[in-house]
Amino acid sequence: MDGLLFWHRLQFGFTATFHYLFPQLTMGLALVIVLLKGLALWKQEPRFHTAARFWIRIFGLTFAVGVVTGIPLEFQFGTNWARFSRDAGGVVGQTLAMEGMFAFFLESTFLGLLVFGERKLGERMHALAAVALFLGSWLSGYFIVATNAFMQHPVGYQAVGGALQLSSFAAFVFNPWALVQYAHTMTGAVVTGAFVVAAVGAFWTLQGLHPGQARLNLRLGVALGLVASLAAAFPTGDQQGKLVARHQPVALAAMEGRWHSGPYAEVNLIGQPDVRNQRLENPVPLPGILSFIAYGSFSSDVRGLDAFPPDQWPTNIELLYYGFHIMVGLGTLFIALMGLSALLLWRGILDHARPVLWCLMLAFPFPFIANSAGWMVAELGRQPWLVFGLLRTADGTSHLVHPGQTIFTALGFAGLYLVLGLLYLFLVSREVAHGPKE
Amino acid sequence: MEMFWFWSVAVVMALYAILDGFDFGAGILHLFVARTDAERRQVLAAIGPWWDGNEVWLLAGGGVLFLAFPKVLAASFSGFYLAMFLVIWCLLLRGISIEFRSHLGDGLWRAFWDGVFALASAFMPVLLGAALGNVVRGVPLDGSGFFNIPLFTHWDVQNPVGILDWYTVLMGLFVLAALACHGALYLAWKTDGPVRHRSRTAALRLWTAVVGLALAATIATARVNPDLYARLPHAPLAWVGLALYVGGLGVALAGLRLERDLLAFAGSSAFILGILVATAACVWPVMLRSTLDPRFSLDALNASAGPYALRAGMRWWIVAFVLALGYFAFLGRVHRGKVQAGDYGHE
Repeated sequence: MDGLLFWHRLQFGFTATFHYLFPQLTMGLALVIVLLKGLALWKQEPRFHTAARFWIRIFGLTFAVGVVTGIPLEFQFGTNWARFSRDAGGVVGQTLAMEGMFAFFLESTFLGLLVFGERKLGERMHALAAVALFLGSWLSGYFIVATNAFMQHPVGYQAVGGALQLSSFAAFVFNPWALVQYAHTMTGAVVTGAFVVAAVGAFWTLQGLHPGQARLNLRLGVALGLVASLAAAFPTGDQQGKLVARHQPVALAAMEGRWHSGPYAEVNLIGQPDVRNQRLENPVPLPGILSFIAYGSFSSDVRGLDAFPPDQWPTNIELLYYGFHIMVGLGTLFIALMGLSALLLWRGILDHARPVLWCLMLAFPFPFIANSAGWMVAELGRQPWLVFGLLRTADGTSHLVHPGQTIFTALGFAGLYLVLGLLYLFLVSREVAHGPKE
Repeated sequence: MEMFWFWSVAVVMALYAILDGFDFGAGILHLFVARTDAERRQVLAAIGPWWDGNEVWLLAGGGVLFLAFPKVLAASFSGFYLAMFLVIWCLLLRGISIEFRSHLGDGLWRAFWDGVFALASAFMPVLLGAALGNVVRGVPLDGSGFFNIPLFTHWDVQNPVGILDWYTVLMGLFVLAALACHGALYLAWKTDGPVRHRSRTAALRLWTAVVGLALAATIATARVNPDLYARLPHAPLAWVGLALYVGGLGVALAGLRLERDLLAFAGSSAFILGILVATAACVWPVMLRSTLDPRFSLDALNASAGPYALRAGMRWWIVAFVLALGYFAFLGRVHRGKVQAGDYGHE
């Protein structure tokens, strides 16, 4: 990889990964807030309003960081991926423009009303503002996933003189890949939101603070967390895996570190891919599972990398392999932890099961890791293509921008985001320490 | 069809300049017109519900460019690479300063974020003005459809040009004064007490500066891009723009003198709209002028997306545009009248 391509990719990858730490939480919390506002209207109990108010404060802070770290991504399509924008803008420009017009205006209008307008608006209108924000943030997610889906599995286009042009708006916007990827991405976001809510509930329970709010958050977090963790694996993760197997078989082979084709393909619990010698070190295999996941039968033939020319192999097989295994491994642990917590909750003893509460409290960073790893699988699996099968990543860069410029801006982002991340953590921990205002 | 999209870009950018312009202006001036924490919060309450939505118009403008003129977006964003990141960083610092400030009551904490907010707010109009200057002056586009220029070279308008030269900096200062004045008029309209009084004084002084810089910019433009004025007789819309430009300046001054704050703000908005309408009408159909050869310029006809995309986009875009205006009208209703200091902020 030449220097310029490396820096363009590093900068976009870094800024996108950092950015997505925030929207996954706001999209998850938006659902939590809507649920709490709905419960408050239904049950007419002030404790739901109190909880909603606490999460709205966290939401506002997280949303702000999500907005300011999202703007660079919109710009970088043009600044760093100019030839991609020129060649694919006639298609993906639609969804990116739709995101601004349909989602951002909705979000920016109702955010202020949600955060500061509770007294001004009254109970019902305030709940409606929460719904508007939920719609806005989830719509935004759809347009981004639809844009990404075109890069993963291009549909609804025609090639005219090197550039891609839109040929069917409906086919492009309702790309089957987008629908599945959206379902999987959103369940991932709800997992993050639920784990954060459960962690705060567990933290207050362990401290013996705000008992009513602690119980409420613990229950809501665990219930939502169990449903979302299960849905992230099945059906959404399963469907996503089958799509990759069908349309990006070379990515599937790399995700599993599978060099050789054959039936009864195994999933490896652990093991280190040795790309130079084309093998997996220290594998702990579960035979037939990959065949089953990909094609629904243990004996199905799963192609390895040897079935594809090396110039179509993903460019970073190691990271892709680890991204996939981290995502799946953590996802399995999420189901186990939330399943156990739900069982204890049902038996009525979760509030006193201190070891489990400790686990819930300390588990909140892991959904962030799993979601980031999941996006890495999607984006590294797409390599060496920017638009799968149509436009190579190396042909999509801003070729006249020189490495001196990209290194300058990449370093700028590294510094800014370090400060931003520290400030965000500082302010959120203050909010959690202050607790809800009852 | 191309004309519809060309004017969509122009209208969205004008809306952006008018709307985000007033919160840039308020941001620049708040250190001077608001001195106590309560007064600062009054300023923040005046722009708090708006700034985030105002900024979305910039993203909407970028979105329209992407959808309809991908080649223009690709060339300009990569060509102005470093300036684009200065814009991004300013927007980033503005966004977090306004959000983070209110989370802590500490005086130093707030003073720090107030300073960050003012600096980032002042830098943005300079960059926007320089961007306008670059569009008017042109860039070294060759036949490839791409270019890349440094931030500055020899500060002159001849090749090799930089993003900043005497002309684009002049345009930057002009826009800085114009938006500072615009923000002062907005604050005069939305606040009361000492903040309104100081904002009016500031607006009067800035108005003189704006007129001076407007004259200088008009003369300089004739030297840098003579073709622009040569097109005037053939561009009726440009005359509408010029009328808004001159009339708006007059109305702003009259409104200030008569203490009709809303009228003055409306005049300033018309003035900003007028500049952009007149410029757009004169440059049509060129979007990015080449200084090397007019044949290499990117225009609305040779840089647009496919005809199907333009038609498909228009259908939803009109709906979305009306919806967005609806949200703004709704916000305006909720936040009508002068602001109360307690309307915004956590503490």
